[in-house]
Amino acid sequence: MRITWRTALPAAGLRRDGGVRDGGVRRDVALICLADGIVGVSFGAAAVAGGLPWWVPAALSALVFAGGSQIAAVGVVLAGGSPLAAVAAGAVLNTRFLPYGLAVADVIRPDGSQPSGSQPASQSQSPPGRRSPRLAPVARLLAGTQLITDESVAFALRQPDPAARRRAFWTCGATLFAVWNATVLLGVLLGTAVSNTGAFGLDAAFPAVMLALALPTLTARPARIAAGTGAVIAVALTPVLPAGLPLLAALGGLATGWRPGRGRPARSCRSSRSATVNPEELPAGGNR
Amino acid sequence: MMPLTAIAALAALTFAMRLTGPLLRGRLTVPAAAERLFAGAATVLLIALAATSALTEGHGFAGWARPAGVLAGGLLAWRRAPFPLVVIVAVGVTALLRLAGVP
Repeated sequence: MRITWRTALPAAGLRRDGGVRDGGVRRDVALICLADGIVGVSFGAAAVAGGLPWWVPAALSALVFAGGSQIAAVGVVLAGGSPLAAVAAGAVLNTRFLPYGLAVADVIRPDGSQPSGSQPASQSQSPPGRRSPRLAPVARLLAGTQLITDESVAFALRQPDPAARRRAFWTCGATLFAVWNATVLLGVLLGTAVSNTGAFGLDAAFPAVMLALALPTLTARPARIAAGTGAVIAVALTPVLPAGLPLLAALGGLATGWRPGRGRPARSCRSSRSATVNPEELPAGGNR
Repeated sequence: MMPLTAIAALAALTFAMRLTGPLLRGRLTVPAAAERLFAGAATVLLIALAATSALTEGHGFAGWARPAGVLAGGLLAWRRAPFPLVVIVAVGVTALLRLAGVP
């Protein structure tokens, strides 16, 4: 989520501006993988410790491959919510992939960036030495699509030229996919082996991750009011409503302080503090 | 319980949202207001989820150890501490409090 790269990237020492060399990309990807690996282990462990079979976190990690929505969906189910509420919560979190996909469209499909570009011509257009896998266009489109994450998009967009963007996107996306799935399985093993995961405090990992993801986006006052109201609504309704519904009811917080046309200037100028790509640029950027 | 159909549905919805951009490259721009609505909804959901999963267990209170750990992690996140540190501190504080007998 946009949210992730605001926290995770500066944390990984990505504030450096200008071009990033391959060694730098590898090191930064390794730091991101460390952070996400911890989350992956806690996710896998908490899911099975909560009583879900091992294949639920495993299948979610391979098929959905979006940490926030996986945690949200499993959180709803573990709290006793219906699968429908779990899917709804996870899907709402993943709407951000729509603008992300637009932002990296030319990274995933370098062919046809000229309107006249046809498939055969695309092969020769590809710059030599690029490291993206040699896949058929459709397979590359599908693989690249699945690899769209906060991290891979953020990595790609901070590269100076199209070839570097492609390299960064595929390196980060593929590495993260491998690490995320492996660490979730590790967590599953851990959660199965350790009878009392509560003693290790792993149940605190989910909410802490959520906070770390969301806090950096709460720079504008309307966003804070909306989020605070939503949290109060959700906590207040938890004792009385079936699990999952309080979370969706929290969206009512949007009706308070938040307006589609407002809050933008505050967000833009303050977000520069985090020294990452301004999300407002993503959709408008389109094809650079 | 989370049936396979629910996992498949979430996966399909997620993939569809990922695929739209690359498929429609250059032929679609998301209205700025819609994008802010998505972003606002995601933030509200995340904070609400953080609050409920930190404070509640089932339909009741989760005990003090977990919210205290989450608060410690949240303060670090607010100070823009590295992501791994936030998680480790939240987990560690909770574990230590439970070791000390706090529920």
